[in-house]
Amino acid sequence: MSIIEAPVGHSVGQALRRKEDPRLITGRAIYVDDIVLPGMLYAAIVRSTEAHANIVSIDGSAALECPGVKGFYTGEDMSDLLAPLPMAWAPPGVEIKTPERWPLARGHVAHVGDAVAMVIGDDRYAVVDAAQHVDVEYEPLPVVVDVEEALKDEILVHESLGTNKAHEWSMGGGGDIEQALADSEVVIERRIVNHRTAGAAIEPRGCIAEYRAGGLTVWSSTQVPHLLRLFYAVQMGISEDRVRVIAPEVGGGFGGKLQITAEETLCAWASKQLGWPVKWIETRSENMAVSHHGRDQVDYVRMGATRDGRITAFHANIIQDLGAYFGLLTPMIPELGAFVMTGCYKIPVVQTDITGVLTNKFFTDAIRGAGRPEMTHMLEVTIDQLADELGMDPVEVRRKNFIPEADFPYETPYGITYDSGNYEAALDRALEMVDMDAFRAEQAQLRSQGILRGIGFSTYTEICGLAPSRAVGPSGFGLGIGLYESALVRVHPTGSVTVYTGASPHGQGHETGFAQIVADRFGIDPAIVAVVHGDTETGPMGLGTYGSRSLSIGGVACAHAAEKIAAKCREIVAHNLEADVGDIELRNGKFSLRGDPDQGMTLAEVAGCAYIDATKMPEGMELGLEQTLIYDPSNFVFPFGTHVCVVDVDPETGKVSVVRWVAVDDCGPAVNPMLIDGQVHGGVTHGIGQALYEQIVYDERGQLITGTFLDYALPTAEEVPNFETDRTETKSPSNSLGVKGIGEAGTIAATPAVVNAVIDALRHEGISYIDMPLTPMRVWQALEEARGRGDGPRASEQGVSLPPQGEGSAGSGPTIPEGGES
Amino acid sequence: MGRTVPLKVAVNGESHESEVPARRLLVHYLRDDLGLTGTHVGCDTSNCGACTCLVDGESVKSCTVLAVQCDGAQITTIEGMSGDDGALHPLQEGFWANHGLQCGYCTPGMIMAAADLLARRTGDGPITEQEVRKGLEGNLCRCTGYENIVKAVQAAAEASRGVIA
Repeated sequence: MSIIEAPVGHSVGQALRRKEDPRLITGRAIYVDDIVLPGMLYAAIVRSTEAHANIVSIDGSAALECPGVKGFYTGEDMSDLLAPLPMAWAPPGVEIKTPERWPLARGHVAHVGDAVAMVIGDDRYAVVDAAQHVDVEYEPLPVVVDVEEALKDEILVHESLGTNKAHEWSMGGGGDIEQALADSEVVIERRIVNHRTAGAAIEPRGCIAEYRAGGLTVWSSTQVPHLLRLFYAVQMGISEDRVRVIAPEVGGGFGGKLQITAEETLCAWASKQLGWPVKWIETRSENMAVSHHGRDQVDYVRMGATRDGRITAFHANIIQDLGAYFGLLTPMIPELGAFVMTGCYKIPVVQTDITGVLTNKFFTDAIRGAGRPEMTHMLEVTIDQLADELGMDPVEVRRKNFIPEADFPYETPYGITYDSGNYEAALDRALEMVDMDAFRAEQAQLRSQGILRGIGFSTYTEICGLAPSRAVGPSGFGLGIGLYESALVRVHPTGSVTVYTGASPHGQGHETGFAQIVADRFGIDPAIVAVVHGDTETGPMGLGTYGSRSLSIGGVACAHAAEKIAAKCREIVAHNLEADVGDIELRNGKFSLRGDPDQGMTLAEVAGCAYIDATKMPEGMELGLEQTLIYDPSNFVFPFGTHVCVVDVDPETGKVSVVRWVAVDDCGPAVNPMLIDGQVHGGVTHGIGQALYEQIVYDERGQLITGTFLDYALPTAEEVPNFETDRTETKSPSNSLGVKGIGEAGTIAATPAVVNAVIDALRHEGISYIDMPLTPMRVWQALEEARGRGDGPRASEQGVSLPPQGEGSAGSGPTIPEGGES
Repeated sequence: MGRTVPLKVAVNGESHESEVPARRLLVHYLRDDLGLTGTHVGCDTSNCGACTCLVDGESVKSCTVLAVQCDGAQITTIEGMSGDDGALHPLQEGFWANHGLQCGYCTPGMIMAAADLLARRTGDGPITEQEVRKGLEGNLCRCTGYENIVKAVQAAAEASRGVIA
């Protein structure tokens, strides 16, 4: 029985069940920690307990005497590494002060969790025991945690750099921002904190490295196996052909596994020393401390407008907390957001100023959305603030400023060309689903019962499908490599197909979606199209999965490769039918003669010619049916939509409950609508998590307070509603499938919808804005203050009293107000 | 390695007798000693539920139970949920049909927790969305946003009642 039921040749657009699932629902999938190799050793990492210190001494002698311990190493032992861990962004003309980051610290630690030493042994438990016996003496140094404090340069994270200000980056468009604001009839100014969060994939990171006979094989829970291979070659001086990286089943990424990590290098290097495979599996505590964090900005925004609600100027001054070091893309993240600074709107004059600042915390990097959620948050929240100031309906302010459908392709003041859009249609559909009149009546009625209900909108567009290589590569935006994607499509002699993709999924469903795309090009059942990914040995160079890029680049690569083979098939069939190739069409599972569909050949029959009976091939044509292809897109893609959040706020406790969510997204034509809904559900839940619950908190000494899932609150099934989803379909002219991306859209759209909804519920109480996360404590405190009871006891978070609104720091949790108590 | 103690358990209907270190966690006994790697470790603090299995029919987070505490117990893991003929359990079918999983890492724990939820349920009518959400609040999923997991469990409950889902 086919696992998939769809008319042959027409599977694209169908909500087919996933081909991935049978192994996943039966416990037969192989994640990295499930792999056991002969002689395999385990690594445990000794991590800094200090947020900032010089290392005076490290004594591993007691650890080496523990049972089963085979090796003990510090940073000094690893002097043969050829390169520090990479940061892959070097924008032409911009100076970035980059602190060197080595897999093990070299005399200096700059955040809690900094890797100091490594213990290798033959038992998972024994190495953890032995690591406890490593004696590290630190000379503590002053610590700076708050990003705006760090900007004063009174305490330096890296003395050698002479400043904490790592980089400044500015982009303006459309005219002089100060003049435009001065000329505006109304100017809104806000300070918006977008706090630090975790990616929190349920599978922590992990890897196994096996150095054997001059070659290196690494299994890693990664989103970027090919990039990892490239880096190993550079860092360890191993010819790239001798390095193989395998991403086995990967249990979620959310950007957290778009990284070249210290631990991967540690395992590879240790395996080379010891001659045995070395496995490291991250604990959740390590994951919270040293898997890169996301967000963490203080944003100063100014929006100018006319009295009738037309936006005239928008300025964002972004203070980005980079943490103590850089990951692969750390300083680039806010810049990615800047590219959608104008959102769905015609804003004539814009300016983005970004300052990257080092602090004694772990580094931030790409987490689901990467810069775009932050930018969308400040834009969509500020529009509601503007609407409030003008006494206008926030929906009408949005509509008034939308880029009209007729204006696409639309060039923004930053010179970015939005491919396509129809923002009105998505908004109209969302409003139809919501029924605003009914909502306002219900809101009034509930308010009379003491329940504060609010509604919030977010009309977003985002830039994804990363990315056109010429635009983003070394000579363009300055990334270390272009972001094309590869496909190898191989038709087998019996007519089944294997597709090798350079994309590297970790839950998205490529094995199903890409199979649908390829199957339709051959008129076969997707059940006989296998999609292979995540192994550098099996397919061509690939760039991996992130940035909502897989379908619009990797999927298009698969389509183009299959189309080239299909064209060859038509020639083979034409030869056999003695017909003109122009008369061969794919119909009902056969390459058949136009007008006489009985005359034709299936893919299996064509494959028989190409592989088995060469006499049936046209003279001079190469045997076989196989195509390798690298697709580089001509432009980004720009999905968009309208999300609407309805919340109830309990006025006594400040607790916010999301009671309804309407999402109308447009990511172009659907390949598999079931997968799209799944991405939207998960993406929105991630955003609700940030808006209401999740926050990485460091105390003023740089100690991580939220070190486990006991302290870091992911949303559970009880905290999110069912999602009412719908789609509009606007094709992208940027690729032949017309598709965009959907992996990050929900997360990008969600946070401002939640905040705007809570403010809508509380505005009549005199509350105009509260920073995320909108915990019961923060909302209760705001209500107390609004009701004139702000002098009473202050609410606290993580044991620390909340500061007054507008003084909170990003990423470090609430700062202690002067004279306050902790 | 410390002291070892004798352990006798039946896992997915098969008996196992061995000496295990006293401090070995049940999840590591299942994964490392028996090779049943469908039970996953996600958080080490019994928050995420990826390690959920059934011990004498009740759902247990196996990352916070010692293997020796299960001496004499009947244990069911995700590998034991399908029939001998490979036929999927209604919960497995429900998760597949309703797109109740993406990366799949939390899925075995979700399925085992849901099995316990359905087994303990006393009500006659169809299980409500809120019952399922409350029943699974001890299992975290970062991918799906839960809606399709809830639908999967509801579908399995209906299928088990002999009603077409």
